[in-house]
Amino acid sequence: MDLNRSLTSLGAATLRMFGGLGTFSRFTGDSFRAIGNVRTWVPLLVGQMRRLGVDSLPIALFLAMFTGIVLALQASYTFTGAIPLYFVGTLVEKTMVLELGPVLTGLALSGRIGANIAAELGTMRVSEQIDALETMAYDPIAYLVVPRVVAGFLMFPIIVIFADVVAVLFGLITSMALLHMSPQTFIRGARLFYRHFDLVYSIIKGFSFGLVITLIGCYQGFNTRGGAEGVGISTTRAVVVAGMLILVLDAFWAATILK
Amino acid sequence: MSIEIRDVHKAFGPKKILRGLSLAVEEGETVSLVGFSGAGKSVTLKHINGLLKPDRGTVFVDGLEVPRLPRDQLYGLRLNIGYVFQFAALFDSMTVDENIRMGLVKKGGLSEQEMAARVGESLALVDLDGFEHRFPAELSGGQRKRAGLARAIAYRPKYLLYDEPTSGLDPVTTTVIDRLIMRMKQELGVTSLVITHDMKSAYSVSDRIAMLYEGRVVQVGTPEEIRASDNDIVRAFVEGRAELAHDAETPLPDDGGPKGRIR
Repeated sequence: MDLNRSLTSLGAATLRMFGGLGTFSRFTGDSFRAIGNVRTWVPLLVGQMRRLGVDSLPIALFLAMFTGIVLALQASYTFTGAIPLYFVGTLVEKTMVLELGPVLTGLALSGRIGANIAAELGTMRVSEQIDALETMAYDPIAYLVVPRVVAGFLMFPIIVIFADVVAVLFGLITSMALLHMSPQTFIRGARLFYRHFDLVYSIIKGFSFGLVITLIGCYQGFNTRGGAEGVGISTTRAVVVAGMLILVLDAFWAATILK
Repeated sequence: MSIEIRDVHKAFGPKKILRGLSLAVEEGETVSLVGFSGAGKSVTLKHINGLLKPDRGTVFVDGLEVPRLPRDQLYGLRLNIGYVFQFAALFDSMTVDENIRMGLVKKGGLSEQEMAARVGESLALVDLDGFEHRFPAELSGGQRKRAGLARAIAYRPKYLLYDEPTSGLDPVTTTVIDRLIMRMKQELGVTSLVITHDMKSAYSVSDRIAMLYEGRVVQVGTPEEIRASDNDIVRAFVEGRAELAHDAETPLPDDGGPKGRIR
């Protein structure tokens, strides 16, 4: 009896998982198809780039600023007496550009952008505004999803580059002000193992994280059911799923590109 | 025939909503579809403009089979069908003017001046002159419904679908909306299907009334015929008797067809 119940639960969970994957795949396919409907989404793109990109800069740069400060102090604490202090620059640059710049920004913005999109589209879904768009012959995916996803895809790498630069800059300022290092020493360390590919890698992550955050936010918003509670559930799911996917993608890029 | 719903079945999971619904609306006619809450009235309406697809059966509008239309043709047809939502479904981040322009922009062919004039005309038709720059949050419930109607009529559709246009309104505002529905017919010549459970509204706006019960139409007739109906279900609904309320909200067995007489 218990075995039966366990198998039934397992079967139901498997069906739910694959059903969800199927729905998400179809939604993704529809979104790529709707890119062809340029007359609908292009006029909305700049507004979304400002909303999702430019307006996200303060939080991303705030995060980067303090991460740069902490990284410099922790590196100095770890290296004292054993490793030359110019390696503080190396550690700050490598850690920020390769890992923390894109990932921390991604996780923070999955909260800001992902939640924002899921809540907005979820509210539109439960108040029939998405149906209203359809009744007026608008393709809601081209009108609502594509401009957000394209804006996220294009703006996220730019935010990540700004975050990388600000973090390294504040690592430098911290090293000068609190660790009494000369700027030349920090920069020497930062340049020691720097490769242009570090930045390319950071940008690749930026593109993929921007895509994932916006697509998941839109998907959750579009599939909202019920009222205010449904919007809350979608918003939470958008943040959690996007956060998890960012970490999975981070590992994927490291395994495929850096190995 | 303008709108023809032919033997439509629709279920959501195990819950069967429509069980062979058939109904025809002639050109220029206003038909009200009445029935209990949860009977499938809104689901019926959403089949007409292709927001939902039937599991079985089909729907024709203007001779076009809606469920089989390719996307482009379906979108073309939708610009001939205005839809007035129960809670207006106005875009809350836009002003009334921007809401109304959405359909006009999609339909195309109007200059900026013509569009502004059309917005003004549509608002005048629903007695909302001067409300162009208000946001939906600044409107009362009745004003929102009227703004929703103005948005639906702005692109001059041939058909208007009203989803509970008077629900939640006070009796005076209900009468105002009823008069607007009649005005749309007289001044724009539209063919309308009105979903309502308010019999007073149904009697005043309709050429014919159809009673939906257990997923099927149990009787269609003029307001006089419905008033004089000897169908048990229709009588119970019109008189507001509670004995069918339980049946209406209880899931039915597969073979549970209408118990009243179908005309």
